[in-house]
Amino acid sequence: MKGALTPEQAAELIPDGASLMIGGFMAVGTPERMIDALVARGARGLTVIANDTATPGKGIGKLISAGAVARVIASHIGLNPETQGKMISGEIDCELVPQGTLVERIRAGGMGLGGVLTPAGLATEVEDGKQVVEVEGNRFLLETPLKADFALIGAWQADYVGNLSYLLTAQNFNPVMALAGRTVIAEPESIVPVGVIPPDSVKTPGVLVDHLLVHAG
Amino acid sequence: MDAKELIARRVAQEIRPGMLVNLGIGLPSMVATYVPASLGVFFQAENGVIGLGARPPEGMEDRHLTDAGGGFVSAVPGAASIDSAMSFGLIRGGHLGMTVLGGLQVDEAGHLANWKVPGKMVPGMGGAMDLVTGAARVVVAMQHAARGASKIVPRCTLPLTALRRVDLVVTDLAVIEPTGVGLILRERAPGVSLEDIRAATEAALVIPADVPEMTLD
Repeated sequence: MKGALTPEQAAELIPDGASLMIGGFMAVGTPERMIDALVARGARGLTVIANDTATPGKGIGKLISAGAVARVIASHIGLNPETQGKMISGEIDCELVPQGTLVERIRAGGMGLGGVLTPAGLATEVEDGKQVVEVEGNRFLLETPLKADFALIGAWQADYVGNLSYLLTAQNFNPVMALAGRTVIAEPESIVPVGVIPPDSVKTPGVLVDHLLVHAG
Repeated sequence: MDAKELIARRVAQEIRPGMLVNLGIGLPSMVATYVPASLGVFFQAENGVIGLGARPPEGMEDRHLTDAGGGFVSAVPGAASIDSAMSFGLIRGGHLGMTVLGGLQVDEAGHLANWKVPGKMVPGMGGAMDLVTGAARVVVAMQHAARGASKIVPRCTLPLTALRRVDLVVTDLAVIEPTGVGLILRERAPGVSLEDIRAATEAALVIPADVPEMTLD
């Protein structure tokens, strides 16, 4: 852990054109203050890897509205008409991935695997252009790993060494993404002394986290 | 009783004691209302909770606990929160007893299309491809027709959700079981005749000698 950043410092660290994994599911568990700072900086050309793009005005939806995003890799954009509109007009290049495949591709990227074999997507549009592998008589799609320049993580508690815990459905993609970003920035809701988070409650070990966002004050 | 309530009530009868069940957004989510607590069923929301409960009392909602549509929920005793990798491991790995999804089309081979209308609506598949591929039992809950056009068709013209044949289709007119020999008409909705169903169905149906009316509790 290299220390705490203000949202503005975090946004400066992330250059235009960077690839970002952003945790959250319909903006639940999404690091909102980091997104606000990226919008305020006027970030451009970002690739966003996330489950969804939330709704306009919430979570990743704010980056979409601000024109900060050039490419989206997600499982669902149906609740954000702006993302759909920008995909149809060609402003945003959008790759739709089955949700279970998306999380496994991120896991593969973060855990040093060369890909994953999944039956989801066989005989659908998702199969197009992909290698089909037969194992013990069953067919699977070979899905390749995903990594990103940055993983932006929304957490519940962090301690001074960067250990993270999450609450209920706000964990979603966050723990997996914390493995797959080259630089990991976590935005916790509170920062507590080392020892307050019991070891068994640490879902993301601090060794994975490069920076915490300072508390909201 | 309106069409959606009829469908939800009939689907609820498919749920067995102790099952882990995933309900899709919209009509399928209504099924939970008609499943008695005494069955000991756990509902999964793929964003990360096993043991989904009803919406909390006014003012008691928490933004860390939502369903897959982003709506506030509670959790029942015995609930567990999980990350997206575990959530889809349960789905793909055969640990989910049943999934109930909405549909755009089901065809004579029992294939489901429910995630895309090319050129018009591209919401993304979300978890649907994983759910249809991996759940032990797949039930489609949908209106029999949309804008006068049958949704039960000889062959899906919309992009498929999965290769897997769905197990049961429950509509406002009928219960239909896709099998290796075609779509078997199992039940009629109250007051609906075989002729009504035949007239409203574009696909060929296999009609047994006895097609009873649905019995709704």
